[in-house]
Amino acid sequence: MQVTIKVFRYNPEKDKKPGYKTYKLDAIETDRVLDLLEKVKGYQDGTLSFRRSCAHGICGSDAMRINGFNRLACKTLVRDTGAKITVEPILGLKVIKDLIVDMEPFFENFRSVMPYFVNDEPEPAQERYQSPAERERFDDTTKCILCACCTTSYPSFWANDKYLGPAAIVTAHRFIFDSRDRAAAERLKILNDVFGIHRCHTIFNCTLACPREIQVTKAIGEVKMALVTGKLD
Amino acid sequence: MKTHQFEVIVVGAGGAGLMAGLYASKTAKTAVISKLYPTRSHTGTAQGGIGAALASEEEDHPEWHTFDSVKGSDYLGDQDAIEFMCEEAIPAIYELEHMGLPFDRTPDGKISQRPFGGHTNNITGKPVRRACHAADRTGHMILQTLYQQCIKNNVTFYDEFQVVDLLMVNPQTTGVSGATAGVVAIELASGEMHVFHAKAVIFATGGHGRIWEITSNAYSFTGDGPAITMRRGLPLEDMEFFQFHPTGIYKLGILITEGVRGEGGILINGQGERFMEKYAPTVKDLASRDVISRAIYLEIREGRGVNGQNYVYLDVRPESVNKYAALDGRKNLDGTPFVVTGEQILAKLPDIVDFCRVYLGVDPLTQPMPIQPTAHYAMGGIPTNMYGEAIKDEKNSLVPGLYAAGEVACVSVHGANRLGTNSLVDLVVFGKYAGLRAAEFAKGASYQPLPPDPAEFAHAQFDQFLTSDGTENAFDIAREMKKVMFDDMGIFRSGKGMQNALKKVRELQARFKHVRVADSGKIFNMELINAWELGNLLDLAEVTTVSAIARTESRGGHSREDYPDRDDKKWLKHTMAYLRPNGKIDLKYKPVVITKYEPKVRTY
Ligand SMILES: Cc1cc2nc3c(=O)[nH]c(=O)nc-3n(C[C@H](O)[C@H](O)[C@H](O)COP(=O)(O)OP(=O)(O)OC[C@H]3O[C@@H](n4cnc5c(N)ncnc54)[C@H](O)[C@@H]3O)c2cc1C
Ligand code: SF4
Ligand code: FES
Repeated sequence: MQVTIKVFRYNPEKDKKPGYKTYKLDAIETDRVLDLLEKVKGYQDGTLSFRRSCAHGICGSDAMRINGFNRLACKTLVRDTGAKITVEPILGLKVIKDLIVDMEPFFENFRSVMPYFVNDEPEPAQERYQSPAERERFDDTTKCILCACCTTSYPSFWANDKYLGPAAIVTAHRFIFDSRDRAAAERLKILNDVFGIHRCHTIFNCTLACPREIQVTKAIGEVKMALVTGKLD
Repeated sequence: MKTHQFEVIVVGAGGAGLMAGLYASKTAKTAVISKLYPTRSHTGTAQGGIGAALASEEEDHPEWHTFDSVKGSDYLGDQDAIEFMCEEAIPAIYELEHMGLPFDRTPDGKISQRPFGGHTNNITGKPVRRACHAADRTGHMILQTLYQQCIKNNVTFYDEFQVVDLLMVNPQTTGVSGATAGVVAIELASGEMHVFHAKAVIFATGGHGRIWEITSNAYSFTGDGPAITMRRGLPLEDMEFFQFHPTGIYKLGILITEGVRGEGGILINGQGERFMEKYAPTVKDLASRDVISRAIYLEIREGRGVNGQNYVYLDVRPESVNKYAALDGRKNLDGTPFVVTGEQILAKLPDIVDFCRVYLGVDPLTQPMPIQPTAHYAMGGIPTNMYGEAIKDEKNSLVPGLYAAGEVACVSVHGANRLGTNSLVDLVVFGKYAGLRAAEFAKGASYQPLPPDPAEFAHAQFDQFLTSDGTENAFDIAREMKKVMFDDMGIFRSGKGMQNALKKVRELQARFKHVRVADSGKIFNMELINAWELGNLLDLAEVTTVSAIARTESRGGHSREDYPDRDDKKWLKHTMAYLRPNGKIDLKYKPVVITKYEPKVRTY
């Protein structure tokens, strides 16, 4: 089949303002949008720039707005998009070139929630024990690949990139509910203080956007509950 | 051009690079440079597990792990290094756990382990539970955990900086390189060249599986590290050995972990037969990867692919798993028969189920998965000893200040064929030692002088893409390389086919000189970067093929139809390939280290 792919283009070295370019190419239903971008780059316009690496939805490089929704280009097939495809950078982060945005504010938020395991008790010679149920408690949020699909689908983030955003809260959740970790209280304090969690209006944008199918809204809800009750169950 | 100074520079932020960075930064001023944001590294895609003889649930010993790895390597692995790795694997896993890595757990709270190809109980010969896992995203959890620890410990990063050259004192002049002085890198966001003046440099840039058409490897696996060191006169070891993983998604190459077979999945040909019974009567679907990939290839060649096509089925439907488990008499640890439900499979292999649903429209709980072997892992690479110190000749002389760890390195612990779960072990064990040794070296060394124009060689390599006549297209060249390498330098090889591949690769190298990039900008000029990466792949394809043609035997991942047997008299040795200043590739050899295990015939 023939598909038309309309791509947001902006090269600050040349263009006064951003625009769109449209490319036509042959595709099959099982082609990934990433495959199409690669083909455009290879044969129609080498100057098109975007990030990618794993090509199967695990590394988190290629979050884009595809037909208006935040998606990974490598996990979105022509089967899902149909023959008319529009590809734009994710919103709320500065465009550096074409589909590449400045991820630094996103990672800064990630780093601000103590995104690392804390337990200063003496280390046992072997593993710290954890029951399968305790392990299961935070399983969902360990899947996050920091792609930013959730955070940049979020109106509060577009308005203010200091707003922590769902991804940072998902990361905090992964540690707060880990029975081996000892810094839950500190993390909750951070989440409470800085432009925190209370702005979440549970509109589920973020859950729908997550390519890892993490129950983002649920995780945020659980963190919120822990803040209110001071309990972690 | 900016110049920075660090005692230790780590190139690469995957499992090996982060581990090296964590350890080196404890005592030396260290920076980690990575072309990808660290969490995008390929380590994150590793699925099935990381091996160590923890004996969480059943008897196991590092000696068994060692023997299995030696046998898996088809006796080409250096036995002292393998023994070291298998012993160090145990504390390494506990260290990862202490860093917070969320391993799956046994009912009594210990780290859970699953069977994996080639890992056995050395007494019964049956599969043993040795692979520690976090569902089917073990690599993701390792990468995240190590990166999180780097944040905690304030490790310095240069993200999205691509290293393009290694600076040495007297490179190439004598054919033997001198001491390390640093690296040159391009900052992708600005296109500027930066010089990193360093006492020690650790390469941890991963593999080069993008040489082949069907591959499990990321776009970023372009072999930058070995291409850079080779151009500086350093040898590459055992490049003819590249692993084809038996189970890639048909046509796409996306990996379906061996963990699927560890959980009871079986391979079925077009006639509905469980064909591995013929090829590996004892461990069947859990034989070593090279053995299974060849079996699949033979089934397909003899017309027993599914519907006459180039694929077979991997079947993990609960009814199939249970049927064959009953036939095998497979038992749980408590002696009850092994039985699984769809939910249990989904819980253990969620990502695999997701990949199949998304990319194939197939639900593996109710339909078998179409699979074919896929290019997967580089056993060869930058030669090192078992402390990550780079080696420059057949006598194992060291290159002062140069280190390598992870898939880019050849220690050699994987020999002619790597066992599943042993790469992740390799990353954490040798990443750590490379970091420690580099920091120790840096304490006792001074900075080597930088050459007058440190970026000269790097500029020369990039300028060609802006000035050539532009009569060739890089994508066409890449496509043709991948095809010929998959057809003629794949699972089965022959003298004639390999000669054909070499001729073609050399023709492509010549055509490559005519590639011109359209993008003349500086900011994220990915076209320019990708062109340079293609040059790396072409050069590595050439070394791989030259090394393979010379080896007139079959061993592990290198399987020749014209020389079907292993020949220990002539070929129990490592290849050391050098790119000489005149452009010729020169092959030398060095002995394999044998300690306890004399080579034996390899059956599974
Ligand atoms: C799909 C898949 C599944 C796997 N499953 C398993 C498994 O279950 N068990 C197992 O043991 N092994 C597995 N492996 C193998 C294992 O994951 C890899 O061998 C290993 O992760 C490689 O790690 P690394 O640290 O060497 O490289 P990577 O993690 O790939 O890191 C390479 C780093 O180098 C950087 N880099 C590269 N070139 C440059 C440059 N020029 N300049 C700057 N930076 C650069 C990259 O940005 C990246 O940070 C799997 C591999 C794949 C592909
Ligand atoms: S929670 Fe989901 S959408 Fe958000 S960053 Fe993580 S993986 Fe991406
Ligand atoms: S390229 Fe890795 S997630 Fe899409």
